[in-house]
Amino acid sequence: MTETQPQKMPADFGFGPDEELLRDSARKFLDQEMPVEKLRRLVAEDPDAVYTRGEAPAWDEKLWKQMVELGWTGLAVPESAGGVGFRSVGVAALVEEVGRHALPSPLLSTLASSYVLREALTGEPSPAAAWLGRIADGAAASLAITNARGSWEPGESGVIAEAEPGGDGLRLHGSAHFVQDAGKAELFVVHAIRDDGSYLCVVPADSPGLVVRPDHIHDLTRDQATLVFDDVPVTNDQVVSREGAAALARAWPALLVLVAADLCGSSEWQLQTTVEYARTRKQFDRPIGFFQAVKHPLSDGMVMIDRARSLLYHAACCIDSGSNEAETAARMAKSAASDAGAYLSDRSVQLHGGIGFTWECDVHLFFKRSLHNQALYGDAVHHRRKLADLLIGPI
Amino acid sequence: MADAQLTAEQADFQEYAERWLAENAPPPPPERLPISAIEVMTTGQRDYLQAWQYRCWEAGLVGCDYPREVGGGGHEGFQRIANQAMAGARTPLLINIVGLQMAAPTILVHGTDEQKRKFIPGALSGEEIWCQGFSEPGAGSDMANQQTLAVRDGDDWVVNGHKVWTSLGHFAKWMILIARTSKHHKYDGLTYFLAPIEGTPGVTVRPLVKITGESGFNEVLFEDARVPDANRLDEVGKGWTVAMTTLTYERGAAESAGGGGSSQAHPTQRLIDLAKSSWRDGRSAADDPVTRDAIVQMAIVGEGIRQNGRRARVPALTEHPMRIPLQSKLLVSEFAQDVARLGVDIAGAHSTLYKLDPSAPDAGHWPLAYMGSYGHTIAAGTNEIQRNIIGERVLGLPKSK
Repeated sequence: MTETQPQKMPADFGFGPDEELLRDSARKFLDQEMPVEKLRRLVAEDPDAVYTRGEAPAWDEKLWKQMVELGWTGLAVPESAGGVGFRSVGVAALVEEVGRHALPSPLLSTLASSYVLREALTGEPSPAAAWLGRIADGAAASLAITNARGSWEPGESGVIAEAEPGGDGLRLHGSAHFVQDAGKAELFVVHAIRDDGSYLCVVPADSPGLVVRPDHIHDLTRDQATLVFDDVPVTNDQVVSREGAAALARAWPALLVLVAADLCGSSEWQLQTTVEYARTRKQFDRPIGFFQAVKHPLSDGMVMIDRARSLLYHAACCIDSGSNEAETAARMAKSAASDAGAYLSDRSVQLHGGIGFTWECDVHLFFKRSLHNQALYGDAVHHRRKLADLLIGPI
Repeated sequence: MADAQLTAEQADFQEYAERWLAENAPPPPPERLPISAIEVMTTGQRDYLQAWQYRCWEAGLVGCDYPREVGGGGHEGFQRIANQAMAGARTPLLINIVGLQMAAPTILVHGTDEQKRKFIPGALSGEEIWCQGFSEPGAGSDMANQQTLAVRDGDDWVVNGHKVWTSLGHFAKWMILIARTSKHHKYDGLTYFLAPIEGTPGVTVRPLVKITGESGFNEVLFEDARVPDANRLDEVGKGWTVAMTTLTYERGAAESAGGGGSSQAHPTQRLIDLAKSSWRDGRSAADDPVTRDAIVQMAIVGEGIRQNGRRARVPALTEHPMRIPLQSKLLVSEFAQDVARLGVDIAGAHSTLYKLDPSAPDAGHWPLAYMGSYGHTIAAGTNEIQRNIIGERVLGLPKSK
């Protein structure tokens, strides 16, 4: 996607029959394979498992293999590298379904890795193509690009690259933090800094000197880890870009679209589930949804989701069209989706009343996934600050 | 943007509309124009805006999708293009908003052929101004609680009652009027009329003064006023159903084929310009992080409204066909209010200045726009009623009435 010419943007966001088919089949597949009852049994059977005993959050590896067979890992991989090269609007629609089912899987981290590697493809044959091919073939991947401060600046990294003494390649030291679904990934796309610039390297999870140290997190539908690099050797075939920060910055809108889409999906589940409860739960001889103190926040929540969704598809369409508005659009989408996620999470617990505060009610699963995504790649305020620089000009 | 789906004919029309507007920019107005048509106060404003609407109609930019025999252009899908072109060219607003967005589409659905030929052309050309007679002192959000009575007498109906919040009433030739024709049924006792106003014996139009100190809307008193039965729209007792058609257009849930322009620059850009010329704590308000965040929040909502409009026309990306359209009135009116309020905040001490004070920023626009914005959050069904409607019709929550 480097050096694309701006194109006229389609009125329908470029969302055509192929995208609709993928979205609808994904919804059907996930309705069947990951209904909320199954999700609950899978990840929330025992509150002590993850929180007290520190076990890895559960996921369905067999289901992941089916997703690989459906070709989902190759969606963001260009055709030239063995993938499907699907439009971002189609990927966003698929990820909305993933969010709607709060699906535990390395799909988002793998798609995110594809978007970053895609930006490392240059005119000449690039080692990135081979790694993208492995992802298209089903290798789960994740981005190791964030430092200990949790910075969302693409230029910052806690991993240091040193030249391999007396030879080709690099050696990596330091640490990468907040690595999503690291426990499920075979490959890490690592951003490493050196005096002469920044590098993107693909590092297999079983590399010597690499330790994956799981974080203890709230969200039960994913895992997260800190990666410690202790003199990890990297060959030239693994160095996919020598302008890593720039490649990350170019990929950033696509990463924001992924998380915003997941947030839109989970928010819609929260809305519909809370609406259903408000229609059936009776107090004072009426369904509580009769009362405007319940009805109006649900209407407002729908308005917030629709704003975020419209901005989401606009952002995805900008990415697909190579528009220079993609960054603005994507930051707006993530900001609006984080706000919608926060509002729907809040109301979904509150309007469920006493039961909403308990472990047995499913709303906490989506609440925690949403909370995690609200912060991931920058919260609403972070993006508004960036947008202020873009729209008003820097201070 | 967004013209990949236009037919060749529509694309030609788009080019024509944009070219015509560029070549036929109206002269500067003789006095400051109001922000919306419902705030037109003076005859000077009226004459100027009426002349502009007539020129647009003659040029084929108004009523494009209406049948030719009622003064329209006989096309399909042209009005939206014309509206976009007018908004893009920042032309003056179209004054006959009630005629274009409420009366004409309602008459087209419910009227006889004779009524269509009699009433629609003047509404489109703007030669005959319309006003709306739905609200009464005791019938606001509870719109079916109409007390204005219409009693049949020969070929006429004799009307007695009191209508309020009647925008444009002082210029109107016609009113879309709901009146009670039976006291036995709340909803089925209502009938819809196209009532003559200007020069009609028994009809008194009195200006009401708004929160801003300006006039611009009215109360209309009917005292034994006679409305011919030929001016009854649809059947006796069908008034509620007909009114629902009107409201669907008024609230923006359906594309009103009568069009509307906008003289406003992009609201977020106006806020940015204001911030750059305002001071806060000794530095530019545009450098104040809290102000910047507030402006960006508005930018996001504004862009969201724009993209909602785009997405509403992509059936595969809407969960429910009315989900986005029913939000429109709520979103647009609250956006305008929030933008205006933020403008007041940014203007700071200068927001205290009335429009006639020479130091008032933007000719006093912001506080007046803020106060005037309540007209839109209250009119056409208060936004509280809109939230009920969204919750009930789209989400399926139990009805409040």
